[in-house]
Amino acid sequence: MSMANAVPSPATAVPDPAHIAIAGVSKTFRSRTGEVHALKDIHLDIRRGEFVSVLGPSGCGKSTLMMLVSGLVPASRGTITVGDKTIDRPNADVGIVFQQDVLLGWRSALQNVMMQAEIRKTDLEAARERARQLLKMVSLEGFEDAYPKELSGGMRQRVSICRALLHKPPLLLMDEPFGALDAMTRDQLQLDLMRLCADNEMTVFFITHSITEAVFLSDRVVVMSPRPGRIERILEIDLPRPRRLAMREDTKFTHYTRELTDIFRGLGVLREEEV
Amino acid sequence: MAAITEAGADARPKSPLRFLSAVSPAIWTLIALVIFWEIAVRVTKTPVFILPAPSRIAEVFAATWPRLMINAGLTLSEVLIGFSCAVAIGVPLAVLITYSRLAERCVYPLIVASQTIPKVAIAPLMLAWFGYGLTPKVVIVILLSFFPIVINAVVGLKSSTAEMLYLAQSMGASGWQTFWKFRLPQALPNIFAGLKLATVLSVIGAVVAEFIGADQGLGYLIVVAGASFDIARQFAAIIMISAIGMVFFAVIELAERIVVPWRDTNTIHAEA
Repeated sequence: MSMANAVPSPATAVPDPAHIAIAGVSKTFRSRTGEVHALKDIHLDIRRGEFVSVLGPSGCGKSTLMMLVSGLVPASRGTITVGDKTIDRPNADVGIVFQQDVLLGWRSALQNVMMQAEIRKTDLEAARERARQLLKMVSLEGFEDAYPKELSGGMRQRVSICRALLHKPPLLLMDEPFGALDAMTRDQLQLDLMRLCADNEMTVFFITHSITEAVFLSDRVVVMSPRPGRIERILEIDLPRPRRLAMREDTKFTHYTRELTDIFRGLGVLREEEV
Repeated sequence: MAAITEAGADARPKSPLRFLSAVSPAIWTLIALVIFWEIAVRVTKTPVFILPAPSRIAEVFAATWPRLMINAGLTLSEVLIGFSCAVAIGVPLAVLITYSRLAERCVYPLIVASQTIPKVAIAPLMLAWFGYGLTPKVVIVILLSFFPIVINAVVGLKSSTAEMLYLAQSMGASGWQTFWKFRLPQALPNIFAGLKLATVLSVIGAVVAEFIGADQGLGYLIVVAGASFDIARQFAAIIMISAIGMVFFAVIELAERIVVPWRDTNTIHAEA
């Protein structure tokens, strides 16, 4: 995509005050057995246009962190600001993608994407044009009128990504969006996602438990450890964009994945027999 | 492209009436049974006050047609008024139960518990309170058909996943938009399941109410015919009652195919 090449990589963009500032955030859930500390004292600043992955094993609170940033779940302590807004209620200036595609079964692919515009009561004609364009960008041209049950899992998740991007949100939140897909579909969707993200100033907050996925997509990888969920390390990924699948075999790439694997081994998240 | 071959998109036209073709084998079976019945009665020379042949029932049916129609009209109006009232009360109540924790805790257990009361047992009570007119019949129809409508609507309205509601919030959807664009369409298949159960129960309710105290209606016709051992006329009334039930059910089924076309396109494909 020539369009993608023309735009400077987000990492080299003009320094900007933090787009997302997470300051001293904790989250405690009440359960039958007492209080569960899902997140403890999280500090994280994210630049505008940055692609940040939060990487960790299940139960480390990474999904909770995304829900706090979206404002859909309130933090127990600390503050989160996105742009100039303090997040104390659901933030509608986001696009959100869950692990499940959450497509509405009674709407076609195009109508599912258009939901975003209908709820926001924006210009429907222009939105429809953009929706078609987005679907085309993820190779779903000709499937605009297909219903979710007629689409494969990968196609459905692509529709849900288009829906999240329709209103050009400044922030895209993704909670293990490719976790339920097979490996090859996953590769394709990672490429699709980077193509969609390349041509705007959108910040992406991406939750994953895949080390390779985090390195492949991100400008920075935030490593989290569980019980209580906290940030263990933050790793800058200095790889050129656009990223190519072949880069995953480069020494620089494998250096990053090895470093991340070592962190998890050190944390006892990954265990293996001594040789 | 892998993506395109993966798609199970089916270009077959989806006519709402197509389900009728699925019913036709059952119709042939029914015709076969009726023919067997006719032959069996003729061969064994069964007396007409025990079991009349279908041809005999058809004669009586034709002879008493005007009277059947007048009484069927009355029974049908009891069914339709009662059913409509049950929908008008049941669906809003289900919305209230879904949205209000207090309403759920106060009302829902009582609705469920009330189902242990046999409706037939309280029918005489309705008679004592509301007399012999239309009202007691309508009330009994409501009592019978109300329950599946409420329960299924509640199940449907609660079937929206947390993610779906989060998604709506992330779009800045108002409470009304969330209800109208997410929750209600999601609930429609369940709501229709409740309505279909209610059609059957409302016909039963009307007939039972007429058994207990009426001077017209199909239930009344059965009681009168039964008193004089006129089995053929009883059958004629029974046929009218099931015809009402079947047509009513089919109308709701058809409405479902139009309003909820996304629901079971797969099962239709499997049958067709």
